[in-house]
Amino acid sequence: MSESKKVSLPVLGEVDRRTAVKAGAATLGLAAWAAAIKPWFEWTAELNTDEFLQKHYRELSPEQLQAILNRLTDDARKETGKAVTVKDHKPLPGVSFAYALNLSICIGCRKCAEACHVENNHDRPSHQSYIRVFEMQKGGIDFEKGDATYSHPVPAKDKYYMPVQCQQCENPPCVTACPIEATWQESDGIVVVDYYWCIGCRYCEAACPYHARRFNWEKPQVPAAEVNPNQSYLSNRVRPQGVMEKCTFCLHRTREGRLPACLEACPTGARVFGNVLDPDSEIRWVLENKRVFVLKEELGTKPRFYYFFDK
Amino acid sequence: MHYAGVTTYYRFLRRSLHVATDGGWLFYAWMLVLTAVALVGANAWAVQVRDGMVRTNMTDHVSWGLYIANFTFCVGLAAGGVMMVIPAYLYHDHDMHEVVIVGEVLAIAAIVMSTLSVVVDLGRPDRFWHLIPVIGKFNWPVSMLTWDIIVLNGYLFINLHVVGYLLYTRFRGRTPDPRWYVPFVLLSIVWAISIHTVTAFLYCGLGGRPFWNTALLAPRFLASAFVSGPAFILLVLRVVRVGTDLPVNPGPSRLLVQIIRVAAVVNLLMLASELFTLFYAGGSHLASARYLFFGDHGKHGLVPWIWSAIALNLIGTGLFFTPAALERGWVRPVACACVIVGIWIEKGMGLIIPGFIPSTLHEVVEYAPSLTEWKVTAGIWAFGLLLLTAMLKVTVAVFTNQMAEPVEAAGPGPTTGS
Repeated sequence: MSESKKVSLPVLGEVDRRTAVKAGAATLGLAAWAAAIKPWFEWTAELNTDEFLQKHYRELSPEQLQAILNRLTDDARKETGKAVTVKDHKPLPGVSFAYALNLSICIGCRKCAEACHVENNHDRPSHQSYIRVFEMQKGGIDFEKGDATYSHPVPAKDKYYMPVQCQQCENPPCVTACPIEATWQESDGIVVVDYYWCIGCRYCEAACPYHARRFNWEKPQVPAAEVNPNQSYLSNRVRPQGVMEKCTFCLHRTREGRLPACLEACPTGARVFGNVLDPDSEIRWVLENKRVFVLKEELGTKPRFYYFFDK
Repeated sequence: MHYAGVTTYYRFLRRSLHVATDGGWLFYAWMLVLTAVALVGANAWAVQVRDGMVRTNMTDHVSWGLYIANFTFCVGLAAGGVMMVIPAYLYHDHDMHEVVIVGEVLAIAAIVMSTLSVVVDLGRPDRFWHLIPVIGKFNWPVSMLTWDIIVLNGYLFINLHVVGYLLYTRFRGRTPDPRWYVPFVLLSIVWAISIHTVTAFLYCGLGGRPFWNTALLAPRFLASAFVSGPAFILLVLRVVRVGTDLPVNPGPSRLLVQIIRVAAVVNLLMLASELFTLFYAGGSHLASARYLFFGDHGKHGLVPWIWSAIALNLIGTGLFFTPAALERGWVRPVACACVIVGIWIEKGMGLIIPGFIPSTLHEVVEYAPSLTEWKVTAGIWAFGLLLLTAMLKVTVAVFTNQMAEPVEAAGPGPTTGS
């Protein structure tokens, strides 16, 4: 319509005016666009170029990894004023971890969840933890009748308590789901996340049948005084915003021969942890002598986290 | 000769840009509103990236929300365009062949919208390069998400090629060489089915989510896509017929209505089959469906959504079956609007969200999209419609031979064609 008008007469003024208006509109549009996405640049200004270009954890040379650990340690020390160390704990040969939990003596005090919160430098305001403790109705193992938000003295009558955390599946659906191999299983059975590789698509969180994964919906806030200074690259260092995290069986402790924080915190001794390849270990004794079961066995995920009743 | 080819192509691009940004007052108002909404969306997204996904109402319990819901619908929209391609190329429907490019153009815009819907859902969009094969770490063939990335990008490029080739050859006044586009068109038919199948596999492949873990999901996705896609095309064809000089015969639209009639009934039948299995057998698989349709533990957040979807789908399907739907009147656009909105809810708020409620450990945590999520989603739609409008403008101009330059502007360069 307007096209035919232009062609009919050599009215150059009309064409030029339109071009000028269009150019003006385009300039305005670009300016508006720049203003609209300004918050993006406020955010990228705080980012580190090395971190942006960093390769996948498993492709880093020992020197590159060391440089990253040094940088992380320096940054954490500057930020907290504490003697933080960020190490890289490798899986030990001949070790395959397993966890067992005695449901007969767990009283649902949530000390394990609290210890996890502190040990793993979790976000304080959201009171994040890798462990959720369910108050269950005696007479079955039915989560539909369970409640993880109870707030009354424990143990309550006719209830038992079921803490649930990452089951460190031998056949982990979260690892299969990840489009970029940002999460994988290590030789000792622990499933880890490279916080610098994860893009935060949360497909693993949808895939996990145990509600074991957590997302950093914002930058985790941990007051400097409360930061746990003993940190590891793949476990409890303070996570970046927008990435997944999960229980690592406290690999920064367990790969040094210590026990997970949740186990140490348990006042009833309901938790048993160890190397199943060690015939003299307590975990081996439990697996051989107690009638243990796993959650959602029918899914074929093969958890390394076992439950059992004592009486 | 080579040089001439480059300048001709450059001229095509320049003329396309001109035509795509030129129109009447209504056109400018439309583009201005879309641009404004897109900017609001872009701003909301930038703020979300800066402050974190805490700006959304998603939680560790409901870890996917409106974005992935909208993504699923847009993939269906893109696949729906194939319902013009099949009659045009496999059944040699002459009238459909005339307008089939509208379906391919819509597919391009819809794929762009689905990709954007995933990008805005990422916690770390700055690490997007990790997804690029070779330089990143592409977990193919294990992760279904990598399959989805491949099929969606493949579909985008196939359609870009077909549309680009057809427009450019017509611009040059030549007859398109079938060898250069028919194989791609045929490939696009298979590919269209694959994009929605793989998208369904993303969800139904998860053993821990009983509500999604059904073999009927992919067929259901396809059936509903063959309703929403053609319905959207019918609306676009109406706008093209009323608003442009492109002649649009009544035949293609009638055929699309016939296709919708079949697909809508198949979709409702599969929905009924799914619901029967869930509710009659009961058990743990029922939990999400019960929450979705009737509420659970005193929580009813999705109940209004799903019943609206069912009502809209039934009304829309009913209207499509009236004889008036075959005529050019108001019944057809109303029916289209009903099924588009109905299926948008059914596939999103009625399918993605209840997959997370109750959670895998049966906790009922509700979800309703935040203002940020609505703004970003509206922005994606506005951007998609901008793209669609611009591409349709060029298409119409090429097909009605209105791409010629104003007489004065013709310089000493090579002349059109040769």
